[in-house]
Amino acid sequence: MAGVATLGASALLLTACGAAPEAGSSSTAEASDYTGCIVSDSGGFDDQSFNQSSYEGLKKAETDLGIKVNQVESKTNNDFEPNLRAMVSAGCDLTVTVGFLLGDATKAQAEANPDSHFAIVDFGYETPIANVKPIIYDTAQAAFLAGYLAAGTTKTGTVATFGGIKLPTVTIFMDGYADGVKYYNEQKGKDVKLLGWNKEAQDGSFTGDFEKQDVGKQLTQNFLDQGADIVMPVAGPVGKGAGSALKEAKAAGKDVKLIWVDSDGYLTAPDYKDIMLSSVMKTMGDAVEAVVKDDKEGNFDNTPYVGTLANDGVQLAPFHDLDSQVPAELKSELEQIKKDIIDGKLKVESEASPKA
Amino acid sequence: MSEKQPPQHAEGEPAGRAQQPTPAAEETAAIVSVDTAGGAMEPSAVPATAQSGQLPGGPDTLLRKIFTGSGMVSVLAVLLALIIGGLLIASTDKQVATTATYFFARPTDFLAAVWNAATRSYIALFQGSVFNPRGNGLAAQFAPFMETLTIATPLITAGLGVALAFRAGLFNIGAQGQIIVAGILAAWVGFALDLPMGLHLLLVLVAGIIGGAFWGGLVGVLKARTGAHEVILTIMFNYIALYFLRYLLNTPAFQRPGESNPISPILDPTAVYPQIFGSQYRLHLGFLLAIAATVLVWWLLNRSTVGFEFRAVGANPKAAQTAGINVSRSTILVMALAGGLAGMSGVAQVAGTEKVLTDGVAATYGFDAITVALLGRSSPWGTFAAGLLFGAFRAGAVQMQIQTGTPIDIVLVVQSLIVLFIAAPPLVRAIFGLNPRRRKPARPAKSREAATTGGAA
Repeated sequence: MAGVATLGASALLLTACGAAPEAGSSSTAEASDYTGCIVSDSGGFDDQSFNQSSYEGLKKAETDLGIKVNQVESKTNNDFEPNLRAMVSAGCDLTVTVGFLLGDATKAQAEANPDSHFAIVDFGYETPIANVKPIIYDTAQAAFLAGYLAAGTTKTGTVATFGGIKLPTVTIFMDGYADGVKYYNEQKGKDVKLLGWNKEAQDGSFTGDFEKQDVGKQLTQNFLDQGADIVMPVAGPVGKGAGSALKEAKAAGKDVKLIWVDSDGYLTAPDYKDIMLSSVMKTMGDAVEAVVKDDKEGNFDNTPYVGTLANDGVQLAPFHDLDSQVPAELKSELEQIKKDIIDGKLKVESEASPKA
Repeated sequence: MSEKQPPQHAEGEPAGRAQQPTPAAEETAAIVSVDTAGGAMEPSAVPATAQSGQLPGGPDTLLRKIFTGSGMVSVLAVLLALIIGGLLIASTDKQVATTATYFFARPTDFLAAVWNAATRSYIALFQGSVFNPRGNGLAAQFAPFMETLTIATPLITAGLGVALAFRAGLFNIGAQGQIIVAGILAAWVGFALDLPMGLHLLLVLVAGIIGGAFWGGLVGVLKARTGAHEVILTIMFNYIALYFLRYLLNTPAFQRPGESNPISPILDPTAVYPQIFGSQYRLHLGFLLAIAATVLVWWLLNRSTVGFEFRAVGANPKAAQTAGINVSRSTILVMALAGGLAGMSGVAQVAGTEKVLTDGVAATYGFDAITVALLGRSSPWGTFAAGLLFGAFRAGAVQMQIQTGTPIDIVLVVQSLIVLFIAAPPLVRAIFGLNPRRRKPARPAKSREAATTGGAA
């Protein structure tokens, strides 16, 4: 065997020359009967947003808890119901669905299969369903901190934000951000301007989808032209368009910064490390893993999991490389605001906040 | 797929012509001109020259060849795409990657892994789309087939719309927009109005068809009146429809009370298609309507005067005009009919499977319909069969993902490869050595020459 291998190795590709394993020595991973499944919406598991985070949470549960994982991506809205049906008939104990678009399909399958458990990310039902656990986030709390941070860090007195599509899960970021800026102005008697979102009118700048990065880039350039120096894109991968516009501006000598959303952009979008001020994080992966763990141990319930600053479901990410640019005073104020929000002294409200 | 064999004068064309009512002198002239212009071609093609509406007809254009390639090419294209798809699947397989590291030590492992990966995926595809032997009882075993029919329904009707326009010389890319407009109207009638059983569904259907026909007909009018190119018109109309839909979904009239997500209320139970074989399958009445639409289009194209005019205009608009056919009228009418057919897909979506209106109501059916029409060579039953095939791909892709972890993108790649091979018949013929004109030259240069100069075949 080794002789043959050496012969091949001397002649050809190194990668193809490992020794063959002995027959029958297959590794036996410790098997669990529990199967956790996930159905994405049309964004797919590489959307750099909630599909991806939820998927990573389930994958983490696979390694940590030794469960089996089934995943299926939806390419269009038409795929939801067939995908969910297939998951149920594949014997999934818990099926995680992602996004409000899957709300109806999840409800239908949950009612048709009362013995199966479901969890839906970023969507809550008005009337709870016995075997569906909603995983929702009061994102405005963390976005409030981001708004305050931006207002306290801006050099030009103007900050900006834009969204992908006008959905409650997007506008909740923008509401919190707007309130954070407003709170800073009230506290400090300043007049930091916000571009791209008007909380009262519930209207602002959107790119129209979560795909076209060039539109995000154009919007960001417009904001820069209007004097903004910190931008928070709430648009999944379109945020990269904002990142590249800001990088160009930085190369041209401007002092600009980016605030990422959903995950810690310093880690998930490392191209923009040098302009990444912070990120408004929703720790969906941890929540999904926790729900799977509970269900595996037989502790499933249908009370919504609401991610807040208090339970670290939403967080403001560390400042990483830009830490030195955030004054110590501002840092302690942010700590205080966080405490106040957790204690309920400071109310952050958005039309899109979870009602619970 | 049954009527692929006779490529030249298929579908009883001569008989159809003989039965033309009152073959006046002009019509006879048109027939002659159609035939002479086409030469050996089927008088149903889309010459590129026809798209301007006024240029003299050229008999042997690239577009015509693409739309009327022989059935053999379709079959071979599917086969070739499946083979390449199998290799792609194998390349993403973990076992294949592992065995590749010791390929030279034990190549059989690698080859077996490649074979296993590809066959496992295709078996899963089959089990997810036609027959699942592991199902619990006969009903469950045939559930995948029902799913295939369900997914095929909107593909068939939209594909018919595209095919019909092809036959009249119009490259209708607007099925997507037509589905959306139909979906908007049908859904609104479905959730906003409160009507008795039967009447409500009928009104939903009518609203959808009118919506699609309006959106398609508008393109026809603009083309007939101004000469604007239908490809540009339909593409732009797709955008208008989509963004209009997004706007509507952000208005309270199209949202659920108390919610601000862009999703409409669920359609009333009286407004949705009944399920043909009970609630265990998603298959709905829309599929029977799709069959009826196929028959109707077949009759229209092959047995009616209007259809004859469509084909004459498609073959050579100038000759058709000379022969007394009203080209403008035909253009408007065929686009309205195409839109109406696409509208049936919109109804199948909102009243059949989705039961709500979202901005993804048309999915990618409008564009898949172009592929379906191409694969079906623009004939009604060919389109029907191609719709079933694509429905099977889509239905099977779910099982493929779950059972084998094959990414759904691979299925889309296979679909795209089919289109590629169909759009380049000389390529397929060259690969299978079917190119008669290229077989004569010296052997060594055969394949390369065929591939590079294939346009002439």
